This record gives sequence, C-alpha cells and structure tokens, in this order.
Amino acid sequence: MASALAKKKREAKPGKGGRKIRVLVGKPGLDGHDRGAKIIARALRDAGFEVIYTGLHQTPEMIVNTAVQEDVDAIGLSILSGAHNHLFPKVVELLRKKKMGNVVVFGGGIIPDDDISGLRKKGVDRIFTPGTTLSEIVDYVNKRVRPRA
Amino acid sequence: MAVSAKEVLSGDIQAAARLMRDLDDEIPSAHRTLKILYRHTGRASILGITGAPGAGKSTLVDCLTEHLRREGKSVGIVAIDPTSPFSGGAILGDRIRMQKHTLDDGVFIKSLATRGHLGGLSKSTIDIVNVMDAMGKDVVIIETVGVGQDEVEIVKVAHTNLVLVVPGMGDDIQALKAGILEIADIFVVNKSDREGADRTKLELETMVGMNTYREGEWEPPVMAAVAQTGAGVPELLSEVERHWKFISREENLLRYRREKARVELLEILKKKLIDKAVDDLSRNKVLDHLLRDIVNKTRDPYSIAEQVVDHRFDFPLEAEPGKGKGRRRGRT
Repeated sequence: MASALAKKKREAKPGKGGRKIRVLVGKPGLDGHDRGAKIIARALRDAGFEVIYTGLHQTPEMIVNTAVQEDVDAIGLSILSGAHNHLFPKVVELLRKKKMGNVVVFGGGIIPDDDISGLRKKGVDRIFTPGTTLSEIVDYVNKRVRPRA
Repeated sequence: MAVSAKEVLSGDIQAAARLMRDLDDEIPSAHRTLKILYRHTGRASILGITGAPGAGKSTLVDCLTEHLRREGKSVGIVAIDPTSPFSGGAILGDRIRMQKHTLDDGVFIKSLATRGHLGGLSKSTIDIVNVMDAMGKDVVIIETVGVGQDEVEIVKVAHTNLVLVVPGMGDDIQALKAGILEIADIFVVNKSDREGADRTKLELETMVGMNTYREGEWEPPVMAAVAQTGAGVPELLSEVERHWKFISREENLLRYRREKARVELLEILKKKLIDKAVDDLSRNKVLDHLLRDIVNKTRDPYSIAEQVVDHRFDFPLEAEPGKGKGRRRGRT
C-alpha cells in the first residue's frame, strides 16, 4: 500500500526540469509584420517558456498541425491584417476537432475593441491590443497556462 | 494520461507527439512505453545534420525532405535549438524553414530545446528518434543545435553524418582542427554560390586527402550545394544513399548496430546512475551537508564521488531532529 502510494507519487513527479510549458507563437494570414510576434516570443523565452515560432503566412490548418506535433499548451496568434474574426475562431475550431480544446488560445495585434467580445465567445481566451506591456502578457501566460493533462 | 505503445504503433500522431513530450519531460510512464516500442525500432535510416549556426542546416533539411518525399519516403525530423542558460526558456525556430511540410502527413517535425545538455543534442534525442523509428518513418533527420568544434554527440546517434561548412569561415588551419571535421561521413559546402566556395571545398578535399583510408573504409566526399535553391541537393542525396548502401553491408551494419547499442546503453546508464545518486544523496539533506563540507574544504569532491560509486557511502551526519534516521545512511 505504502509502496503503491510512493510509486504513484513518483509517477506524478515530472523529470528534473519538471513539465516545461510549450507555447506556439504563430502569424496566421497574409500580413508580413512579424516584429511583434518575435518580441513576444523573446519575452516568453526570457520568462522560461519553450516557444515554437512558426514564421509568417500560416493557415489555421498549419498552426493546428504544428500544435499537434509539438504538443503545445498554448497558442499565441499575432495578426495585423484585419482577418482575425475569421482566422482566430478557425484555429479554435480546428483544435476542438482534434480534441485539443484545452489548448489556451490568445491573440494580439490591431484588433478593434468591438471585435473582442465576439472572439472571446468563440473560444479565444484573451486578446491583447496595442499598448499592452510585455510583462502583462508574460503574467497572463504564467497564470493562465498549465501543462495540458 | 500515459501513452500506450499500441497507440503509437497504430499511427496515432497525437499519441506519438504526447509520448515525445513525456520523454522530453522525463515522465516515468513514457520510458515504460519506450521499452515496448524498442523492439519495433531499427528500420529507419538516421541522418544527422550538423554545422555552425547560420550554415543553412534547417534549409537543407527542408530541401532534403522535399526530395525524400518525392521518392515516397516518410520523414521524421528532430530539430534542436539551444535553451537559454539564464531563463531556461528557448525559441525553437527551425520549423520556419520547413513550412511546406507542415500539412504533409508523411512528415513529422519535433522541435526540441537542449535544456542544458551539451554535445549538440537534447538529452531526449535518442529516445525521440526511437519513437519516430517505431512510428515507421523511413528516414529520421536530426538537425543539431548550431555547433562549434567539439559538439559531436550526433556521430553516435546517426547512421550518416553531414557536416555543413560555409565559405569564408576562416583560413585553412581551421580545416586541420580535430573535432567536428572528423565526424563527417559527407561534407557539404553550403552556400556554394558565394565567393570562396571553391577554396573551402579544395581545403576540405585536401584535408580528407591527408587521411589514410584502408581498403573498404568510407572516404568522406566533399559536396557543394546551395540549399536555398536546391542546387547540388540531388547529388548530395545520392551520396547519402551511397553511404547507406555502404553501411548496409553486413559487416558494417553489424559493427554500426553494436556501436549504437553500446552508446544507447551507456547513455541510459549514465542518466540513471546520476539520477539515482543525486536522488539518494538528496534524501535527508545529505547532499547539502556534503556541499557544505566541500566548501569548507573538510572534504573533497573526488573522494565523495569515489565513495558513492563504490557503494562506500557512509558519511557521518548529524541526526535530524524528530527523525530516527539519517545518522548514517545510504549504505546500499
């Protein structure tokens, strides 16, 4: 009994480094402005996360396929083209189809305030608009994102 | 939830991805699954790609993958980037150059961070290559972290090692140095449309020419390529295939498999022994006491390490209050 408990305890204990939180940072759609995304990636790296950066011009399908292969806990999407109302919910929908609905999806970019509640209703956890500080984003990921079960 | 070997063998991509993550995070159940999967490994050809940062490794992996896919081969890619020694975080960006394979079911890409492991690979690389092998990938490509001169661990893991060199990286003395230049099965002078490429190629050829190769021994060719455009890549790939044929000869294959088995066993043993020793020492704060003693120069780390290895682990310690043990412990 005692040893079974000890074994269970060991099982729950991850390796030395513990579960590392993995975050995908992606640029969906056609805009080519990735400076913001790169700065976010860097800030998350400095906060101790493993960041998978996809590069530009990703379709929602590409982003979700990458999320599957890399087994990420969260996805941060950066968009400045105005196509967020289509692309963000599409990512959430595809994740759910893959039974990965527990991946936290957040986004940022030039997003009008009026669009935010609609995006949140469709499963985007949080939207960051211009003027957000890096520490706000890091704090959010720290608090909100846990390693997926 | 623990991933079963059956799920991975049935081609469940998500299960395989989860298993790889578990292995990287050192979750014990993952190693149990790997024990079962191990007997399904050994079929994939493993290609290692190494070279300095910016030499074009990711771009070459992308290009090679495209050709291999055209031949109908399935491909697994393990791409390694460095972990920040300060924050423990990492940016894994090798996929940026491999985007055209993101939607191809025949390609599985896994990005890994070194997590403090030296040698150009992550600690989990061998395990993850084994999973891809068991998944039935025909070719597994390992892209090392951008390496300098001495990060040559890849040589123990891959069947065929490509070393990428770019023109203008220093004089010919660099080419005489030991280490990374000794591990190549094939040299690739990448960005060979740049000035100085011919000279770099010549220097490498001269260096290879100075070695003596016995009858039946592999002599590394020096290939020129421009990964960005794909120039020279078909020729490179045919050299890779020639090398696979070479090591597939019975006498070579047996030697290779024995060597790989040896490395695998020793690596696992190393990991387990260190983990066990640290675990044992950490109990009852023995480690803390020992570290304090080393700092105070009342003990030296050499003797402690010897005692641990020889199971003469018998350090006088103060008993912890409220606990009936800890005075002398660890005699295993």
